[in-house]
Formats: sequence, C-alpha cells, structure tokens
Amino acid sequence: MAYPYTHPKEVRVLSRGWGEPATRTLDGWRALQGYQGLAKALEMGPDAVIETVKSSGLRGRGGAGFPTGLKWSFMPKEKSGAHYLCCNADESEPGTFKDRELMRWTPHQLIEGCLIAAYAIRADHAYIYCRGEFFEANLVLARAVEEAYAAGLAGSDVLGSGVSIDVTVHQGAGAYICGEETALMESLEGRRGLPRIKPPFPAAVGVFGRPTTINNVETLCAIPHIVREGGAWYRQWGTEKSPGTKLFCVSGHVRKPGNYELPMGFPMMDLIRDVCGGMPEGRSLKAVIPGGASVPIMTAEECDGCALHYEGVVERGSMLGCASVIVMDDSTNIVKQVRRMVDFFAHESCGQCTPCREGTSWLSRVLRRIEDGRGTEDDLSTLLSLGDEMTGTTICVLSDSAAAPVISSIQKFKDDYLALIPARDKAGVA
Amino acid sequence: MSATDTGTTAPPGHVKVTIDGQEVVVPKGTTILQAAQKIGIEVPHYCYHPALSSPAQCRLCLVEVVGAPKLAPSCVTAAQDGQVVQTASEKAKAMREGVLEFYLANHPLDCPICDQSGECKLQDYVFAEGRKHGRAREPKRVFGRDDFGADILFYGDRCVMCTRCVRFMEEVAGDPLLTVVERGNRSVIDTFFEEGLQGSPYAGNIVDVCPVGALVSKDFLHKARAWDLEHIPSVCPNCSQGCNIELHVRDGLVQRLRPRLNPEVNGHWMCDYGRYRYEGLNRRDRIEAPLVGRAPARRASGWSEALDAAAARLREGAPRGGQARVLAVASAEAPNEDLAALRSLVDTLGGGDIVFRSPRAEEEIPLPGMLTLARRRDLAPNVHGAELLGMRRVGGEDGTGGLDEHVRRADVLIVLGDELPDFGEEFGRERAVYLYLGSYETPGAAAADVVLPVSTFAEREGTFTNFEGRMQRFWPGLDAPGASRPAWRALFALRAALAGDEAPGTVEEAFHHLTRLVPALEGMTLDGLGTEGARARTEVAAATRAGD
Repeated sequence: MAYPYTHPKEVRVLSRGWGEPATRTLDGWRALQGYQGLAKALEMGPDAVIETVKSSGLRGRGGAGFPTGLKWSFMPKEKSGAHYLCCNADESEPGTFKDRELMRWTPHQLIEGCLIAAYAIRADHAYIYCRGEFFEANLVLARAVEEAYAAGLAGSDVLGSGVSIDVTVHQGAGAYICGEETALMESLEGRRGLPRIKPPFPAAVGVFGRPTTINNVETLCAIPHIVREGGAWYRQWGTEKSPGTKLFCVSGHVRKPGNYELPMGFPMMDLIRDVCGGMPEGRSLKAVIPGGASVPIMTAEECDGCALHYEGVVERGSMLGCASVIVMDDSTNIVKQVRRMVDFFAHESCGQCTPCREGTSWLSRVLRRIEDGRGTEDDLSTLLSLGDEMTGTTICVLSDSAAAPVISSIQKFKDDYLALIPARDKAGVA
Repeated sequence: MSATDTGTTAPPGHVKVTIDGQEVVVPKGTTILQAAQKIGIEVPHYCYHPALSSPAQCRLCLVEVVGAPKLAPSCVTAAQDGQVVQTASEKAKAMREGVLEFYLANHPLDCPICDQSGECKLQDYVFAEGRKHGRAREPKRVFGRDDFGADILFYGDRCVMCTRCVRFMEEVAGDPLLTVVERGNRSVIDTFFEEGLQGSPYAGNIVDVCPVGALVSKDFLHKARAWDLEHIPSVCPNCSQGCNIELHVRDGLVQRLRPRLNPEVNGHWMCDYGRYRYEGLNRRDRIEAPLVGRAPARRASGWSEALDAAAARLREGAPRGGQARVLAVASAEAPNEDLAALRSLVDTLGGGDIVFRSPRAEEEIPLPGMLTLARRRDLAPNVHGAELLGMRRVGGEDGTGGLDEHVRRADVLIVLGDELPDFGEEFGRERAVYLYLGSYETPGAAAADVVLPVSTFAEREGTFTNFEGRMQRFWPGLDAPGASRPAWRALFALRAALAGDEAPGTVEEAFHHLTRLVPALEGMTLDGLGTEGARARTEVAAATRAGD
C-alpha cells in the first residue's frame, strides 16, 4: 500500500483503506463493510450498543483514556429535550496527527461512528468540531456528510429506522484550547473558547445547556468495527485494561516517522527501532515524549522495556496520552525542546486562570534565559516551584500540561540544564 | 468554639459548615466564600463580585476542603453539610502566595503614581500574604494606556484580568462594549469600536468594580490619594432615585462620588449622570452671611439681627388674622427638614401656597441588570418629599418659568433654595415682604428684605424622600462656608418668633416635626432610618400623592 510507510507488524483496523482515494467515497467505504455497524446498531437498540462498547473495553483516544461505554452511560436514559454528540476533531496536541489522517482518508468511518454513538446516547445532532487548519479534512468531511445525507444515512430517517440524527461539520478557528472539551462546547456555541468549570459535567449540562457526550475522532472511528464485530473481537488485541489497536504518531529522530496502527501494549523500543527504522546513523536514543507535549518526558532507560499501553507507560513515569511518540536522539538540546513546548502552551493558554496565564509565559522566559546562557541554578528551583504552583490549580489542565515537561525534564535531565548555566552561577562552585 | 458536633443537623434547606473552626449555618446553595463572609472571614478574591456571575478564574479564592484532593474555588463551590473548610491552611496559603506572585510577574508596581494605591486589592493581598521577595527577573510585558472613551482610562499593565468590567457591561449594563482580546498573557481588555464606552450611561461603575488601578476615572485622575479621602455616607442629589453614595472629600472639596451598597435602592451601582454632577457642591459663589435690607441699601449682619429683621417684616406684612396672601417658592433640592419648617412657617402666617419648580428629563435611563434602578425623570432628590408636604409643582420641564402669576398675587414672598435663574434683580421688588433663603449668590435675591445663607445637603444632616417614598439620611462632609446653616433652623426660629413657641433644636427634632406633618411618616425616627433608609407607608403615601 502506498500510505507513506507501513509495517508488517501493524494491525490495520482503523487505518485500513488509508492511501486509497476510493475509501473517501461512500461506495469505497461500503466496500470495506462500511455502515454495516450502523445498520446493526439500529437493530440492537441504544442500550445494547452501549453494552457492546462497554464490553470491548474501548478507552477514549483523546488522551485521558476514560472508558467510552461508561462515558456514554452517564447520559440520561430518559430524554427531556435535545441530546448532543460532539466529536472532538480539534487535533492540535504537538506531535499528534492521527485524527487528521482518519478524516482525510476515511471520513465515512468517522461519520458512521458518530451516527452510532449519537444513536446510543439518544442524541439528535452530532457536531464534528474540526480543527480550523485542517482545510483538506474539512473539505473531505463536508463532502462525505453530503453523501451520507443523500444516501439516507444521516438526517431525519436514518436507514429507514425513523431515527433522526443530523451531522454537522464545524470548522474551528485555530485555538489549541478548543480541543479541551468544555472550551470546544463554548466555541461551538459561538463564544470565546474558554474552558468551563466542572461540575456540571457535559453529560448533565453540555453544549447549548443540554446533555452532551464528547468523543475523540479515533474513539468514534473504532465504534463501527466494535459494533459490527463485537466487544470480544476487539479484545483480541491489547491487554485487559487497554484493549484494541491504537494509532501511534511517531515523530522526531526516527528514519520512518508516521502513523502506525499497532496492538495496545506494543513494546516502545520495537516501535522505534523496528517499525520506524531506528535513529539516524550513529545516533543513540536520549529521550521520548510518549503521549504528546503535555505528558512527562521519558529517559532512554525508562523507554527500555516499556509496553505501550495506558498502564505500561504510567509505570514508567509518564502517560500514554494520545500516543504521539516524539523521539529525541543524543543531538537534542532538551532545554530548547522543553522551551519550545512551553512557548506553545504560553501562546495557547486561554488566559482565564492566573497561574496558567502568567505561569506559562514566565516559564518560557526563564527557559529562554537559561537557553541563552544567562541562567542560574536558582532558576531551576524557581521553575520547579512555579511548575508546582501551576499544577492542579486551574480550571482545565493546560497549565498542568505546560508544567509537566518542565518538571520532568529538570528531574531527569538536570545535567542538560546545568551545562547551559555559566560556572559562576552554579551552586557549590567556589 | 471548636466544631466537634458536626453531626448535628442544620434546619431544612440549610447546611452547617465549619470554616476555620467556626460553625456557620447557611441556606443550601450558599457558596463557601459567602458562608465565610457571613462569619467575618474574607477569602481573597478578584473575579468574584456579589452582583456578577462567577467565572472562578482568578484562582485566588481557592480554599482547602478537608478530604478533597484539590483546593476548591470558594466562589463557586456550594457549602455542603458537615463540610470542614480551611481558608488559611498551609496549602491554601501557599497557593495564594503563588498566585499573588503570578499577578506581580507582569505588574508594573507603579503604586506611587496609581490612583488605586491605598484602596487596591493587589496591594492589600500582597502585603498580607505575598512573598517577601519576588522571584520574577524577566522583562515585563507592556501594554501602556488606552482611552476607553467616556470617563474611563485603561492601564493594561495593572490589570489582573478578573473580567469584572467585561461582565458588568454585559450582565448589568446590558451594553457589552468590553471584551477580552487575545489570549494567554497577551490577554487584554479592549473596546470594540473607536468610541469605546462613550454614551453608555452606567459605564462609570467599571472603575468601582475594578479591584486594582487598571480602570481609572479621567475626572479623578491624580486628584487625590485614597488615604487622604474622607468617605461620607450620603444620597445622590441628581435625580429622584436617591442612590446611596459616599462623598469622597479632601481639603473641603468633594473629589468624587461613589455608590454605596443599598440592595433596596441602587445595589452596588449609580449612573454616570449622577456620578459626575458633584461640582455644584464645591461652588464658591456662596452667600456666606445674612444680609439685611434691599439692595443697594443692603448690609451683612449676624444671624440674630437678621432673624429679628425677618420676623419683624413678616409681622408687618402678614399680621395675625390679616388677609395677607403668602407665597413660598420651595425647591425639590431642599431636604425634608427644611421643607417641613417652611410648611410650618407658612401655616403660622395664616396659610398660603407653596410651589416648587424642578427640571424633568425627557426620559428615564434604566439599568437593564437592575430593574428597580434608573436615572429618573425628576432631576432633583426630593420632589416626592415636597409633594408629601403638599407643595405644588409649577413651571416648565426645564425647571424655569411658572412663577410670574403667583408672585404677582402675593403680598409675602418667601423663597427657599430656588436660584431663580430666569429672573433678574427686579424679582420680588414689588412685594410687601420678600425673604430669600439660599446657598448661592443670585440676582433674584437682590430685592429681598432679608437674605439668609443656607448650607447645602453636603454640609449638614438631613433626609430626602426618593421617588418611591423612601426616607434616606445623609451626613455632613463639607464645612458650611461663613455663617450659613441649615434652613430649618432659620425657618423654625422665625415660626417660633411669630407663634411664640419652642423651635426644634436638633435635626432629630426637626425630623420628628416633619413626621407629625405627614401622616405617612407617622412613627418614624431619624435614627430608625439607619444608613439604608426606610419607606413611608406606601398606601398613605399614595393617597397623599393622589390628593395633592
């Protein structure tokens, strides 16, 4: 297959059909058993769909890993008004590029997932909140939604069942924070994307003040397969706590960066060395950020023997997040990398909460100074203390995310920092 | 008292919480912050304001709820029964210290030239709980100063991004002219259009809600330091709403007006129309001594001579049992006590007409977020008080005209407070007796037999009656210039001289006298009005009104 790189160890469930222009069309998707899951779901009834998803053990692929079936079951069983499904397609975590590919190549896979999920949670309307910069994905999705309406798959009478589910693609305007679920809802309602205070949780008061479920693109793309083949089928891959397959977005210092769909629990070093072709000639592994910019950084020792599932990465002091594996070899200036990530968070902080608004840019300025050779060892304790004050003290977790790489990199790569600090400013130097 | 019996149940619909060791019972749904306030514990906060929504974004009011994994924003967390809250635990204090340091990371610390200095919540909180030495050594972000239109200047560098101003304009003023632009620490409050806040009738309140010196008044800019200002509880004299205010006074001059909380009348707010019309209180063209004799044969005198002269003129002009026609021209800016004294004097003279002139605006200016508050059409504070005393409005909507006919018919003319802007020195010259009681020099007083200098409401105690019959007190904030004193003293003294009885000697007695004249006020006392006033019995008030 032509899709940039593939590897025999991959298990292509969600990424099946990538690289084939035909898959983008309704007929192409139908050729891959498309919309059979939807038909089956309509026969099963909403509660049975939720039970199936629960039995599959599918966990949210947006980063938090919350069990999807359980999340759906929080929605009120009795409707007293509209319910909504939001698909979080605002993929913008640095290092992540899986949802973009799912939408570009298999838009109907997502639409089918949305329809099934909306049916299960008794939603009238599914909103796909697509990142603004994803111009192609937005176009492809819009075309696919039109096809789905024309074929009677979406709209007032889904597959002749009498069930009404509308699907709308909403193009975001380019803010990272709108990928935070409550900010996404604010933005969808036409306001500034500012995270909301929880509680109330979206299942009680969500978008437009109604019960709402928000799921990631990859989560929803897994749904048609799970409903079609059953929960047990999905559990043939992965572990008890992390079943199924997962898209790994590998970037950085590897020869073949890209998206790889692998069973959960795949060894990290096999992913880097075998699937991605290893480091460039003569380089060795220095660090890995396993789950996108907001998770703690891992040392080469921690990576060795690390299994890529939710519990495996936690054991090694980080988090799987959305499985965006950023690989760094020994040529990497860790301080610079961390500073660049913090710059990103400082730029994207919505500015509501003081610790985040002020803290992110303060961290960035101190890191910049250290990087420029004007730091002191005191700066490191200041950074750690600021990071501590930014953790767990704000409405959403952007603040925690900005602090995590700073704290973990100082703890694990202190020598990299000290190497940039002029000798006279080092503690203990006479 | 220590809270060992948290097992005891609160009354239905209530919860009992323990905050810093003190138990408090509050209605269900009360936030921790409000429950703490109830027992005198102030949790530091910026974004919370009792009259606005709570975005819980300043992160300063985070408190420790025993057993909870994270600190809770007390402004949006409802107190739960049996909950134990620590507002000053090590964890909560460390958090506040951290947040305060974040606020200072980009703050210019220009307190020496900041108008808010001395009444600034950033100063106060940092002084109380901030780090002794800041660790920020990076260059600070600079926004500079922005003119928001109307009376408002914005110093973005001092802003703590609490967004109270944005929420005030949207939720209370109903005029969403402010917003936050950009994000992260580039976030800044801004207006949408070039004209900014110009023309928005309640925008001045955003200076009050701003907890720091980010929003300041151009009118007050660099005029006074907060610690040099005396705060005098008073009532806004600029319309019949009667917003409760404070006079902020320095060097014998009112420097600004500020709304004073009264949930029944104006909440936390006042309109810009009222707020910026205080210069009249600082006027220097005052009558400072009693004057005896018609101009040009006029001379200054002491009070007793002037009162004797006035009493003598009245005895001659309106002998007891005579048929003299008495006309009094009152003012709706005069306090109740003065009006009551005037009423009594006229009655003692055998009765007569009391008229007043008062400007009326074309329309009310309501505050959408508080439907009971509006800049009323009557642009004087005591129209209702005058009406309760049976005084009759004459003249046009601009507060002039309407007097000629009445004056021509009168033998005895007494003017209280009306500045007679539409008359010259010939006013009243044809009358047998003409007494003028007022604060400001005016050609209309030239022909008066006796002129008596009257102190303004800002220089004395007294009451106004607002549009809905609410009696509200004010207190003296300025020194009365020269020999001027409250008109009720002079009027009651004249009445006593004519009737041969005792004049009320204190403002309480003057008020008591008023309550005996107006049935709707029966039983009220001046002290009983407190700082928030009390309403006249409405059914009686309405009847009095309908009958006049």
